[in-house]
Amino acid sequence: MDFSYYPGCSLHSTGKEYGQSVELVSEALGLKLHELNDWSCCGATSAHSTNFELSVALPARNLAIADQKGLDIMIPCAACYNRFKTAQHNLNHKEALRATITAGLDDNYSGKAAVRSPIEIFHQDIGLETLKSRVVKKLEGLKPVSYYGCLWLRPSDICDFEDAENPMMLDEIMTSLGAESRNWSFKTDCCGGSLTVSKSDLVEKMVGRLMRMAREAGANCLVTACPLCMANLDMRALGEDALPTFYFTELMALAMGLKGPQNWFGLHNFDPMPLIRSLQLL
Amino acid sequence: MGSFLDDVNQRIDGVDIQNCYHCQKCTSGCPMAQVMDFKPNEIIRMVQAGRKDALLRSSAIWLCASCETCVTRCPNAVDIPRLIDVLREMSLEAGVVPQEREVVQFHESFLGTVKRGGRVNEPLMIVSFKIKTGTYFNDVIVGLKMFMKGKLSLFSPRTKNMQAIRRIFRSTAKS
Ligand code: SF4
Ligand code: SF4
Repeated sequence: MDFSYYPGCSLHSTGKEYGQSVELVSEALGLKLHELNDWSCCGATSAHSTNFELSVALPARNLAIADQKGLDIMIPCAACYNRFKTAQHNLNHKEALRATITAGLDDNYSGKAAVRSPIEIFHQDIGLETLKSRVVKKLEGLKPVSYYGCLWLRPSDICDFEDAENPMMLDEIMTSLGAESRNWSFKTDCCGGSLTVSKSDLVEKMVGRLMRMAREAGANCLVTACPLCMANLDMRALGEDALPTFYFTELMALAMGLKGPQNWFGLHNFDPMPLIRSLQLL
Repeated sequence: MGSFLDDVNQRIDGVDIQNCYHCQKCTSGCPMAQVMDFKPNEIIRMVQAGRKDALLRSSAIWLCASCETCVTRCPNAVDIPRLIDVLREMSLEAGVVPQEREVVQFHESFLGTVKRGGRVNEPLMIVSFKIKTGTYFNDVIVGLKMFMKGKLSLFSPRTKNMQAIRRIFRSTAKS
Protein backbone atom coordinates (compact mmCIF):
# COMPACT_ATOMS: atom_id res chain seq x y z
CA MET A 1 0.00 0.00 0.00
CA ASP A 2 1.32 3.43 -0.99
CA PHE A 3 0.51 6.70 0.74
CA SER A 4 1.54 10.30 0.42
CA TYR A 5 2.99 11.37 3.75
CA TYR A 6 2.83 14.78 5.44
CA PRO A 7 4.95 14.80 8.62
CA GLY A 8 4.34 18.48 9.44
CA CYS A 9 6.62 20.67 11.52
CA SER A 10 6.15 18.93 14.90
CA LEU A 11 7.35 15.55 13.68
CA HIS A 12 10.69 17.09 12.83
CA SER A 13 11.19 18.62 16.27
CA THR A 14 9.06 18.22 19.42
CA GLY A 15 7.38 15.11 18.04
CA LYS A 16 10.51 13.48 16.64
CA GLU A 17 9.80 10.13 18.31
CA TYR A 18 6.30 10.14 16.84
CA GLY A 19 7.61 10.71 13.30
CA GLN A 20 10.24 8.02 13.62
CA SER A 21 7.85 5.48 15.12
CA VAL A 22 5.12 6.12 12.53
CA GLU A 23 7.63 5.62 9.74
CA LEU A 24 9.16 2.48 11.24
CA VAL A 25 5.83 0.83 12.02
CA SER A 26 4.47 1.70 8.58
CA GLU A 27 7.46 0.13 6.91
CA ALA A 28 7.21 -3.00 9.05
CA LEU A 29 3.54 -3.34 8.07
CA GLY A 30 4.35 -3.02 4.38
CA LEU A 31 3.19 0.56 3.83
CA LYS A 32 5.20 2.76 1.51
CA LEU A 33 5.20 6.40 2.55
CA HIS A 34 6.06 9.09 0.00
CA GLU A 35 6.86 12.35 1.80
CA LEU A 36 5.17 15.28 0.06
CA ASN A 37 7.70 17.06 -2.07
CA ASP A 38 8.86 20.34 -0.47
CA TRP A 39 5.85 20.55 1.87
CA SER A 40 5.18 23.61 4.02
CA CYS A 41 3.49 24.34 7.37
CA CYS A 42 -0.32 23.96 7.65
CA GLY A 43 -0.63 27.23 9.60
CA ALA A 44 -2.03 25.48 12.70
CA THR A 45 -4.13 27.42 15.21
CA SER A 46 -2.29 30.66 14.56
CA ALA A 47 -3.45 30.96 10.95
CA HIS A 48 -7.14 30.20 11.52
CA SER A 49 -7.22 32.47 14.57
CA THR A 50 -6.01 35.49 12.67
CA ASN A 51 -6.59 35.07 8.93
CA PHE A 52 -9.16 32.70 7.42
CA GLU A 53 -7.87 32.91 3.83
CA LEU A 54 -4.32 32.16 4.97
CA SER A 55 -5.60 29.18 6.99
CA VAL A 56 -7.05 27.71 3.79
CA ALA A 57 -4.21 28.71 1.46
CA LEU A 58 -1.39 27.12 3.50
CA PRO A 59 -2.87 23.59 3.50
CA ALA A 60 -4.09 24.15 -0.08
CA ARG A 61 -0.50 24.29 -1.34
CA ASN A 62 0.22 20.89 0.24
CA LEU A 63 -3.08 19.39 -0.91
CA ALA A 64 -2.30 20.44 -4.47
CA ILE A 65 1.15 18.81 -4.25
CA ALA A 66 -0.58 15.63 -3.03
CA ASP A 67 -3.18 15.79 -5.79
CA GLN A 68 -0.38 15.36 -8.37
CA LYS A 69 0.38 11.88 -6.98
CA GLY A 70 -3.23 10.84 -6.51
CA LEU A 71 -2.51 8.82 -3.34
CA ASP A 72 -4.27 9.11 0.04
CA ILE A 73 -2.28 11.34 2.42
CA MET A 74 -1.28 9.97 5.81
CA ILE A 75 -1.08 12.77 8.40
CA PRO A 76 0.07 11.68 11.89
CA CYS A 77 -0.44 15.09 13.57
CA ALA A 78 -4.03 15.71 14.69
CA ALA A 79 -3.66 19.48 14.29
CA CYS A 80 -2.36 19.22 10.70
CA TYR A 81 -5.08 16.64 9.92
CA ASN A 82 -7.73 19.04 11.16
CA ARG A 83 -6.38 21.98 9.15
CA PHE A 84 -6.11 19.88 5.96
CA LYS A 85 -9.64 18.52 6.37
CA THR A 86 -11.08 21.97 7.07
CA ALA A 87 -9.26 23.57 4.14
CA GLN A 88 -10.34 20.80 1.78
CA HIS A 89 -13.93 21.14 2.98
CA ASN A 90 -13.93 24.89 2.37
CA LEU A 91 -12.22 24.63 -1.02
CA ASN A 92 -14.58 21.90 -2.19
CA HIS A 93 -17.73 23.71 -1.03
CA LYS A 94 -16.99 27.39 -1.70
CA GLU A 95 -16.40 28.13 -5.37
CA ALA A 96 -15.29 31.75 -5.14
CA LEU A 97 -12.82 30.96 -2.37
CA ARG A 98 -11.47 28.01 -4.33
CA ALA A 99 -10.96 30.17 -7.41
CA THR A 100 -8.95 32.88 -5.60
CA ILE A 101 -6.86 30.55 -3.53
CA THR A 102 -5.98 27.95 -6.12
CA ALA A 103 -5.07 30.66 -8.66
CA GLY A 104 -1.92 31.40 -6.66
CA LEU A 105 -0.70 27.79 -6.45
CA ASP A 106 2.00 26.19 -8.61
CA ASP A 107 0.18 22.85 -8.75
CA ASN A 108 -3.32 22.09 -9.91
CA TYR A 109 -5.75 21.51 -7.02
CA SER A 110 -8.35 18.83 -7.66
CA GLY A 111 -9.43 18.19 -4.05
CA LYS A 112 -9.34 14.45 -4.58
CA ALA A 113 -6.53 13.23 -2.31
CA ALA A 114 -8.11 11.70 0.81
CA VAL A 115 -6.70 13.03 4.09
CA ARG A 116 -6.22 10.13 6.51
CA SER A 117 -5.03 9.36 10.02
CA PRO A 118 -2.51 6.62 10.75
CA ILE A 119 -4.85 5.45 13.54
CA GLU A 120 -7.49 4.68 10.93
CA ILE A 121 -5.01 3.26 8.42
CA PHE A 122 -3.56 0.80 10.94
CA HIS A 123 -6.97 -0.07 12.40
CA GLN A 124 -8.94 -0.37 9.14
CA ASP A 125 -6.57 -0.91 6.20
CA ILE A 126 -4.08 -3.13 8.04
CA GLY A 127 -6.65 -4.49 10.50
CA LEU A 128 -6.56 -5.70 14.08
CA GLU A 129 -6.07 -9.36 13.16
CA THR A 130 -2.91 -8.56 11.22
CA LEU A 131 -1.68 -6.34 14.05
CA LYS A 132 -2.25 -9.16 16.52
CA SER A 133 -0.32 -11.58 14.34
CA ARG A 134 2.66 -9.22 14.33
CA VAL A 135 2.95 -8.96 18.11
CA VAL A 136 6.08 -10.65 19.47
CA LYS A 137 5.97 -9.07 22.93
CA LYS A 138 2.52 -8.68 24.45
CA LEU A 139 2.22 -5.46 26.42
CA GLU A 140 1.10 -7.29 29.53
CA GLY A 141 0.66 -5.12 32.60
CA LEU A 142 0.42 -1.93 30.59
CA LYS A 143 -2.88 -0.22 31.40
CA PRO A 144 -3.29 2.76 29.10
CA VAL A 145 -6.20 5.13 28.80
CA SER A 146 -6.54 6.27 25.20
CA TYR A 147 -6.50 10.02 24.83
CA TYR A 148 -7.85 11.26 21.48
CA GLY A 149 -8.17 14.95 22.30
CA CYS A 150 -9.99 17.33 19.96
CA LEU A 151 -8.57 17.60 16.52
CA TRP A 152 -9.01 14.13 15.04
CA LEU A 153 -12.67 14.25 15.91
CA ARG A 154 -14.18 17.70 15.77
CA PRO A 155 -16.08 19.17 14.06
CA SER A 156 -17.36 15.68 13.33
CA ASP A 157 -18.93 16.42 9.93
CA ILE A 158 -15.60 17.74 8.61
CA CYS A 159 -13.21 15.35 10.37
CA ASP A 160 -15.18 12.29 9.36
CA PHE A 161 -13.14 10.17 11.77
CA GLU A 162 -15.30 8.08 14.09
CA ASP A 163 -17.79 8.56 16.95
CA ALA A 164 -16.84 12.02 18.22
CA GLU A 165 -17.98 11.33 21.79
CA ASN A 166 -16.71 7.78 22.24
CA PRO A 167 -14.02 6.86 19.72
CA MET A 168 -12.61 3.34 20.12
CA MET A 169 -9.91 2.74 17.51
CA LEU A 170 -6.93 3.57 19.73
CA ASP A 171 -8.39 1.47 22.56
CA GLU A 172 -8.80 -1.47 20.19
CA ILE A 173 -5.28 -1.13 18.82
CA MET A 174 -3.98 -1.20 22.41
CA THR A 175 -6.01 -4.32 23.18
CA SER A 176 -4.67 -6.05 20.09
CA LEU A 177 -1.12 -5.38 21.37
CA GLY A 178 -1.95 -7.21 24.59
CA ALA A 179 -2.33 -4.10 26.75
CA GLU A 180 -5.21 -3.75 29.19
CA SER A 181 -6.97 -0.68 27.79
CA ARG A 182 -8.82 1.20 30.55
CA ASN A 183 -12.15 2.85 29.97
CA TRP A 184 -12.62 6.50 30.92
CA SER A 185 -14.83 9.48 30.13
CA PHE A 186 -12.12 11.99 29.30
CA LYS A 187 -10.76 10.61 26.04
CA THR A 188 -12.05 13.53 24.00
CA ASP A 189 -11.54 16.36 26.50
CA CYS A 190 -9.31 19.26 25.51
CA CYS A 191 -5.70 19.49 26.81
CA GLY A 192 -5.45 23.21 26.08
CA GLY A 193 -3.67 22.87 22.75
CA SER A 194 -1.38 25.67 21.71
CA LEU A 195 -2.46 27.87 24.63
CA THR A 196 0.27 25.90 26.39
CA VAL A 197 2.81 28.49 25.28
CA SER A 198 0.89 31.65 26.09
CA LYS A 199 -1.34 30.45 28.97
CA SER A 200 0.74 27.75 30.64
CA ASP A 201 -1.05 27.99 34.01
CA LEU A 202 -4.44 27.19 32.45
CA VAL A 203 -3.04 24.23 30.58
CA GLU A 204 -1.40 22.86 33.73
CA LYS A 205 -4.85 22.74 35.35
CA MET A 206 -6.43 21.00 32.37
CA VAL A 207 -3.66 18.42 32.15
CA GLY A 208 -3.71 17.91 35.92
CA ARG A 209 -7.34 16.91 35.75
CA LEU A 210 -6.68 14.48 32.90
CA MET A 211 -3.94 12.80 34.96
CA ARG A 212 -6.18 12.48 38.02
CA MET A 213 -8.97 10.98 35.93
CA ALA A 214 -6.57 8.55 34.24
CA ARG A 215 -5.49 7.34 37.70
CA GLU A 216 -9.13 7.14 38.77
CA ALA A 217 -9.70 4.81 35.80
CA GLY A 218 -6.90 2.53 37.01
CA ALA A 219 -4.44 3.45 34.28
CA ASN A 220 -0.67 3.41 34.60
CA CYS A 221 -0.05 5.45 31.45
CA LEU A 222 -1.75 7.46 28.69
CA VAL A 223 -1.56 6.90 24.97
CA THR A 224 -1.96 9.62 22.37
CA ALA A 225 -1.70 10.27 18.64
CA CYS A 226 -1.01 14.00 18.64
CA PRO A 227 2.29 15.83 19.16
CA LEU A 228 0.52 18.81 20.73
CA CYS A 229 -1.35 16.62 23.25
CA MET A 230 1.90 14.78 23.91
CA ALA A 231 3.80 17.99 24.63
CA ASN A 232 1.11 19.06 27.09
CA LEU A 233 0.67 15.70 28.82
CA ASP A 234 4.40 15.06 28.94
CA MET A 235 5.52 18.50 30.13
CA ARG A 236 2.59 20.22 31.81
CA ALA A 237 1.65 17.54 34.35
CA LEU A 238 3.05 18.52 37.73
CA GLY A 239 3.21 16.70 41.03
CA GLU A 240 2.52 13.14 41.98
CA ASP A 241 -0.52 12.61 39.77
CA ALA A 242 1.61 12.65 36.62
CA LEU A 243 1.74 9.45 34.56
CA PRO A 244 3.91 8.67 31.55
CA THR A 245 2.42 9.22 28.08
CA PHE A 246 3.23 7.27 24.93
CA TYR A 247 2.59 7.76 21.24
CA PHE A 248 0.51 4.79 20.11
CA THR A 249 3.08 4.00 17.43
CA GLU A 250 5.86 3.74 20.03
CA LEU A 251 3.83 1.02 21.73
CA MET A 252 3.12 -0.70 18.42
CA ALA A 253 6.84 -0.79 17.70
CA LEU A 254 7.54 -2.11 21.20
CA ALA A 255 5.01 -4.93 20.83
CA MET A 256 6.24 -5.75 17.32
CA GLY A 257 9.80 -6.05 18.61
CA LEU A 258 11.14 -3.26 16.41
CA LYS A 259 14.29 -1.35 17.28
CA GLY A 260 13.71 2.20 18.44
CA PRO A 261 11.50 2.40 21.53
CA GLN A 262 14.38 2.74 23.99
CA ASN A 263 15.77 5.77 22.13
CA TRP A 264 12.36 7.36 21.76
CA PHE A 265 11.50 6.91 25.44
CA GLY A 266 14.74 8.76 26.21
CA LEU A 267 13.30 11.80 24.43
CA HIS A 268 10.28 12.03 26.74
CA ASN A 269 10.24 14.69 29.42
CA PHE A 270 8.51 12.33 31.89
CA ASP A 271 10.67 9.20 31.84
CA PRO A 272 8.55 6.10 31.06
CA MET A 273 11.46 3.67 31.54
CA PRO A 274 10.75 2.84 35.22
CA LEU A 275 7.27 1.64 34.22
CA ILE A 276 8.55 -0.20 31.15
CA ARG A 277 11.28 -1.91 33.17
CA SER A 278 8.98 -2.85 36.03
CA LEU A 279 6.75 -4.65 33.51
CA GLN A 280 9.78 -6.23 31.85
CA LEU A 281 8.78 -4.91 28.45
CA LEU A 282 12.36 -3.95 27.64
CA MET B 1 -23.42 49.10 6.09
CA GLY B 2 -25.21 46.18 7.69
CA SER B 3 -25.66 45.56 11.38
CA PHE B 4 -22.95 43.89 13.46
CA LEU B 5 -25.01 40.69 13.31
CA ASP B 6 -25.21 40.87 9.51
CA ASP B 7 -21.47 41.48 9.17
CA VAL B 8 -20.68 38.56 11.44
CA ASN B 9 -23.04 36.16 9.66
CA GLN B 10 -21.68 37.18 6.30
CA ARG B 11 -18.12 36.50 7.36
CA ILE B 12 -19.00 33.16 8.97
CA ASP B 13 -20.52 32.15 5.63
CA GLY B 14 -22.29 29.12 7.11
CA VAL B 15 -25.11 28.68 9.61
CA ASP B 16 -26.54 32.02 10.79
CA ILE B 17 -26.11 32.49 14.50
CA GLN B 18 -29.79 33.39 15.02
CA ASN B 19 -30.38 29.65 14.89
CA CYS B 20 -29.13 29.51 18.46
CA TYR B 21 -31.97 28.97 20.97
CA HIS B 22 -29.71 29.45 24.00
CA CYS B 23 -29.87 25.95 25.42
CA GLN B 24 -26.31 26.51 26.77
CA LYS B 25 -25.09 23.11 25.74
CA CYS B 26 -22.04 24.84 24.26
CA THR B 27 -21.15 26.58 27.51
CA SER B 28 -21.62 23.47 29.65
CA GLY B 29 -19.08 21.53 27.62
CA CYS B 30 -16.59 24.35 27.06
CA PRO B 31 -13.23 23.73 28.77
CA MET B 32 -12.52 27.47 28.87
CA ALA B 33 -15.92 28.82 29.99
CA GLN B 34 -14.74 29.20 33.59
CA VAL B 35 -12.00 31.64 32.69
CA MET B 36 -13.80 33.51 29.91
CA ASP B 37 -15.31 36.92 30.66
CA PHE B 38 -18.22 36.04 28.35
CA LYS B 39 -19.40 32.43 27.97
CA PRO B 40 -19.88 30.92 24.48
CA ASN B 41 -23.67 31.38 24.35
CA GLU B 42 -23.34 34.87 25.84
CA ILE B 43 -21.07 35.76 22.95
CA ILE B 44 -23.92 34.90 20.59
CA ARG B 45 -26.39 36.98 22.60
CA MET B 46 -23.98 39.91 22.52
CA VAL B 47 -23.58 39.77 18.76
CA GLN B 48 -27.37 39.77 18.49
CA ALA B 49 -27.50 42.80 20.81
CA GLY B 50 -24.86 44.64 18.78
CA ARG B 51 -22.29 44.82 21.58
CA LYS B 52 -19.36 44.93 19.22
CA ASP B 53 -16.85 46.92 21.27
CA ALA B 54 -17.20 44.80 24.39
CA LEU B 55 -16.73 41.63 22.35
CA LEU B 56 -13.71 42.82 20.39
CA ARG B 57 -12.07 43.80 23.69
CA SER B 58 -13.04 40.59 25.53
CA SER B 59 -10.62 38.00 26.85
CA ALA B 60 -12.98 35.22 25.77
CA ILE B 61 -12.19 35.52 22.07
CA TRP B 62 -8.50 34.79 22.75
CA LEU B 63 -9.03 32.17 25.47
CA CYS B 64 -11.12 29.86 23.28
CA ALA B 65 -8.92 26.80 22.69
CA SER B 66 -10.58 26.01 19.34
CA CYS B 67 -11.39 22.56 20.68
CA GLU B 68 -14.57 22.44 18.55
CA THR B 69 -16.61 20.76 21.28
CA CYS B 70 -19.40 23.36 21.21
CA VAL B 71 -20.07 23.19 17.47
CA THR B 72 -19.99 19.40 17.53
CA ARG B 73 -22.63 19.29 20.28
CA CYS B 74 -24.81 22.22 19.23
CA PRO B 75 -28.29 20.99 18.21
CA ASN B 76 -28.43 23.78 15.63
CA ALA B 77 -24.92 23.49 14.17
CA VAL B 78 -24.03 27.02 15.25
CA ASP B 79 -20.28 27.29 14.62
CA ILE B 80 -18.99 29.18 17.66
CA PRO B 81 -15.28 28.58 17.00
CA ARG B 82 -15.72 30.03 13.52
CA LEU B 83 -17.66 32.96 15.03
CA ILE B 84 -14.81 33.49 17.49
CA ASP B 85 -12.24 33.43 14.68
CA VAL B 86 -14.29 36.10 12.90
CA LEU B 87 -14.35 38.23 16.07
CA ARG B 88 -10.59 37.78 16.43
CA GLU B 89 -10.02 39.02 12.90
CA MET B 90 -12.35 41.97 13.46
CA SER B 91 -10.54 42.80 16.68
CA LEU B 92 -7.14 42.78 14.95
CA GLU B 93 -8.49 44.82 12.03
CA ALA B 94 -9.89 47.42 14.43
CA GLY B 95 -6.49 47.68 16.12
CA VAL B 96 -7.88 46.81 19.55
CA VAL B 97 -5.20 46.17 22.18
CA PRO B 98 -6.08 42.60 23.15
CA GLN B 99 -6.60 41.63 26.79
CA GLU B 100 -4.70 38.42 26.19
CA ARG B 101 -1.72 40.01 24.52
CA GLU B 102 0.58 37.06 24.80
CA VAL B 103 -1.86 34.84 22.87
CA VAL B 104 -1.78 37.27 19.96
CA GLN B 105 1.99 37.66 20.20
CA PHE B 106 2.31 33.88 20.03
CA HIS B 107 0.30 33.76 16.79
CA GLU B 108 2.46 36.53 15.36
CA SER B 109 5.71 34.72 16.26
CA PHE B 110 4.38 31.48 14.82
CA LEU B 111 3.23 32.94 11.50
CA GLY B 112 6.38 35.07 11.26
CA THR B 113 8.42 31.88 11.35
CA VAL B 114 6.28 30.26 8.64
CA LYS B 115 6.59 33.35 6.48
CA ARG B 116 10.38 33.31 6.75
CA GLY B 117 11.08 29.58 6.34
CA GLY B 118 7.89 27.85 5.23
CA ARG B 119 8.06 25.58 8.28
CA VAL B 120 8.25 26.02 12.04
CA ASN B 121 11.10 24.87 14.23
CA GLU B 122 8.88 24.71 17.32
CA PRO B 123 11.33 24.67 20.22
CA LEU B 124 13.29 27.51 18.69
CA MET B 125 10.13 29.50 18.03
CA ILE B 126 8.82 28.89 21.57
CA VAL B 127 12.06 29.81 23.29
CA SER B 128 12.39 33.01 21.28
CA PHE B 129 8.75 33.85 22.02
CA LYS B 130 9.34 33.33 25.74
CA ILE B 131 12.44 35.47 25.73
CA LYS B 132 10.74 38.21 23.70
CA THR B 133 7.77 38.39 26.02
CA GLY B 134 9.93 37.94 29.12
CA THR B 135 7.70 35.16 30.45
CA TYR B 136 8.05 31.80 32.13
CA PHE B 137 11.67 31.23 32.85
CA ASN B 138 10.85 27.60 33.54
CA ASP B 139 9.87 27.05 29.97
CA VAL B 140 13.25 28.20 28.78
CA ILE B 141 14.65 25.42 30.94
CA VAL B 142 12.28 22.95 29.25
CA GLY B 143 13.60 24.33 25.95
CA LEU B 144 17.18 23.73 27.00
CA LYS B 145 16.29 20.22 28.10
CA MET B 146 14.85 19.52 24.66
CA PHE B 147 18.04 20.87 23.14
CA MET B 148 20.12 18.45 25.19
CA LYS B 149 17.88 15.59 24.09
CA GLY B 150 18.40 16.47 20.44
CA LYS B 151 14.86 17.63 19.71
CA LEU B 152 15.89 21.17 19.02
CA SER B 153 17.89 21.16 15.87
CA LEU B 154 19.11 24.52 14.69
CA PHE B 155 19.22 23.43 11.07
CA SER B 156 15.89 21.69 10.47
CA PRO B 157 15.06 21.68 6.75
CA ARG B 158 13.00 24.55 5.41
CA THR B 159 10.69 24.78 2.42
CA LYS B 160 12.75 25.36 -0.72
CA ASN B 161 10.14 27.07 -2.84
CA MET B 162 9.94 30.21 -0.71
CA GLN B 163 8.52 32.16 -3.62
CA ALA B 164 5.34 30.11 -3.33
CA ILE B 165 5.13 30.79 0.40
CA ARG B 166 5.66 34.51 -0.04
CA ARG B 167 2.97 34.55 -2.71
CA ILE B 168 0.50 32.90 -0.30
CA PHE B 169 1.22 35.46 2.40
CA ARG B 170 1.03 38.38 -0.04
CA SER B 171 -2.25 37.33 -1.63
CA THR B 172 -3.97 36.72 1.72
CA ALA B 173 -2.57 39.79 3.51
CA LYS B 174 -5.09 42.18 5.05
CA SER B 175 -4.85 45.67 3.65
S1 SF4 C 1 -25.43 24.79 21.97
FE1 SF4 C 1 -26.01 25.88 20.09
S2 SF4 C 1 -28.17 26.39 20.36
FE2 SF4 C 1 -27.39 25.84 22.39
S3 SF4 C 1 -26.77 27.81 23.29
FE3 SF4 C 1 -24.96 26.97 22.30
S4 SF4 C 1 -24.95 27.82 20.22
FE4 SF4 C 1 -26.99 28.15 21.09
S1 SF4 D 1 -14.19 25.81 20.65
FE1 SF4 D 1 -13.81 27.49 22.09
S2 SF4 D 1 -15.85 28.14 22.74
FE2 SF4 D 1 -16.11 26.13 21.79
S3 SF4 D 1 -16.03 24.67 23.50
FE3 SF4 D 1 -13.93 24.86 22.68
S4 SF4 D 1 -12.95 26.47 23.90
FE4 SF4 D 1 -15.18 26.64 24.24
